Amino acid sequence: MPDDLLRDKIPTFAKKGESQAGDVSLANWSALTSGPGVRTWFEIIAIVLVAVLVIGGTELWISVFKVPQYIFPSPSLIGASMIRDFPVLWPHILVTVKELVVGFAIGATIGMVLAALITQSPFAEKIVTPYVVLLVCTPMIALVPLLILRFGFGSEPRIIAVTLAVYPMVMINSATGFRRVDLAKIALARSFGASTLQIYWKIRIPMAMPMIIVGLMVGSIFGLLTATGAELVGGKDGLGNRLSYYSSLIQMPQFFACIVFLALIGNLIYVTFFLIGKKWASWEA
Amino acid sequence: MRNGDARSAKLSVEGATKYYQTRTGIVHALDDYSMQVREGELVCVLGPSGCGKSTLLWSMAGLHGLTKGQVLLDGGAISRPHPEIAMIFQEANLLPWRNLIRNIELPFEIKKLPPAKYRDRITGLLAKVGLAGFENKYPRELSGGMQQRASIVRSLAVDPSVLLMDEPFGALDAFTRDEMNLLIQQIWMETGKTIVFITHNIAEAIFLADRIFVMSPRPGRLSRTFEIDFPRPRQLSLNTTPAFIEVVSEIKGAIEHGGGHQAVDVV
Repeated sequence: MPDDLLRDKIPTFAKKGESQAGDVSLANWSALTSGPGVRTWFEIIAIVLVAVLVIGGTELWISVFKVPQYIFPSPSLIGASMIRDFPVLWPHILVTVKELVVGFAIGATIGMVLAALITQSPFAEKIVTPYVVLLVCTPMIALVPLLILRFGFGSEPRIIAVTLAVYPMVMINSATGFRRVDLAKIALARSFGASTLQIYWKIRIPMAMPMIIVGLMVGSIFGLLTATGAELVGGKDGLGNRLSYYSSLIQMPQFFACIVFLALIGNLIYVTFFLIGKKWASWEA
Repeated sequence: MRNGDARSAKLSVEGATKYYQTRTGIVHALDDYSMQVREGELVCVLGPSGCGKSTLLWSMAGLHGLTKGQVLLDGGAISRPHPEIAMIFQEANLLPWRNLIRNIELPFEIKKLPPAKYRDRITGLLAKVGLAGFENKYPRELSGGMQQRASIVRSLAVDPSVLLMDEPFGALDAFTRDEMNLLIQQIWMETGKTIVFITHNIAEAIFLADRIFVMSPRPGRLSRTFEIDFPRPRQLSLNTTPAFIEVVSEIKGAIEHGGGHQAVDVV
């Protein structure tokens, strides 16, 4: 309880520049959410030029050295497959995205609520943390065969696997955020008569926001990984399922088209959380 | 203590004693400390670092309890934060995710008052402290002095009758600190608020105070009280007059005699 916190601490604070206990280094934060900004036309032209060289170079390399299609299809073949096979792949994209979104929503909610609860009591935190670390470190794909036995080959076991992969990531990062107690700021709010709930809404949650967003970003990328993996392991649809299907038929352009779609989903997630971070946590950087 | 004091005391501390439980054992922070502050008076509590000044002030703000003794505001005991008392902290303590105006609106949000109704008052205060036009700036875009001025506006905006200031200018450079002391004097003379100002800087205490309460090193006890009667408004040039320097050395002597040490600044 914040009240007890204030009562038991001598009110002295670290001077500016000294890091405080529980502080998150800015490097952790910025690595995920702030890339180098593009500023000049020269930089834009250079970036486009390099992209053209890489893709064109690959194309040229493959045609000059006659690399067989089943080893590496040329970018133009992959692009053509992405357009031609889009109607076939679209339902599978939707399946994967649905598993990811539903599993992520459940997992992120559980993770944030547990983090807020657990950081209320250092004692409870000590008991729960080992299990959370265990969950973070265990690849949840390993559970998928077991889940399939129980829930069949539909989306359910994969959604459960995504949830199990997402929530410890969100929880462990959010808890780090909630643990960043700035006694002076809580005391400030209390001195104006703030209740415990108001301290949460006005001080603790905004303060934890950068770490919560990092947790959501890492969690969602783990979620995509787990969803794809779960579909590869066993299932009747989804992009992961298509990967094993096309590779078994040695239809490499389609195989690579699926990989590009997965990469696009991943990048969409990254950009989304990058923008959320810019809006809600830019004060940190 | 004269009778008149007790009757017109706005704020009084009676036998304040405080023990802390820390990881390394029990700390005796305050020992039977008593003082009375009159309505509209500006007093300074002066003492070396770690003597329990902040502990005293946090108790007066109702932020934590005392082991023994009590704090009275207008005769009523303070056990939790009181709307008539506002605190100004060592650091400006602005919320980095809010711009200046939203920082100043924080107390209104907490008290569930519509800030729009107090907009004129806030604008006026910002202009007075020289922050007009900075409403949309974020704390990181403001200098240390500007941040601390914003925090003063935040506390004044809710119009408390008592201001408790916990070494508010300790982190500022000497020039900015002088400016801020002038500003505090001006605000105090215009608003007539009761101010308790904590510092470890003797010159700052003399410049600001009607009375100075000198505290001994931990456990904090009241060692002496000084009446400061330089006329107001006081100018910065006061600090170099022989009369001022004489008071400085008198207080310095009192602190050293009372078992004090060199932890007290003489600027």
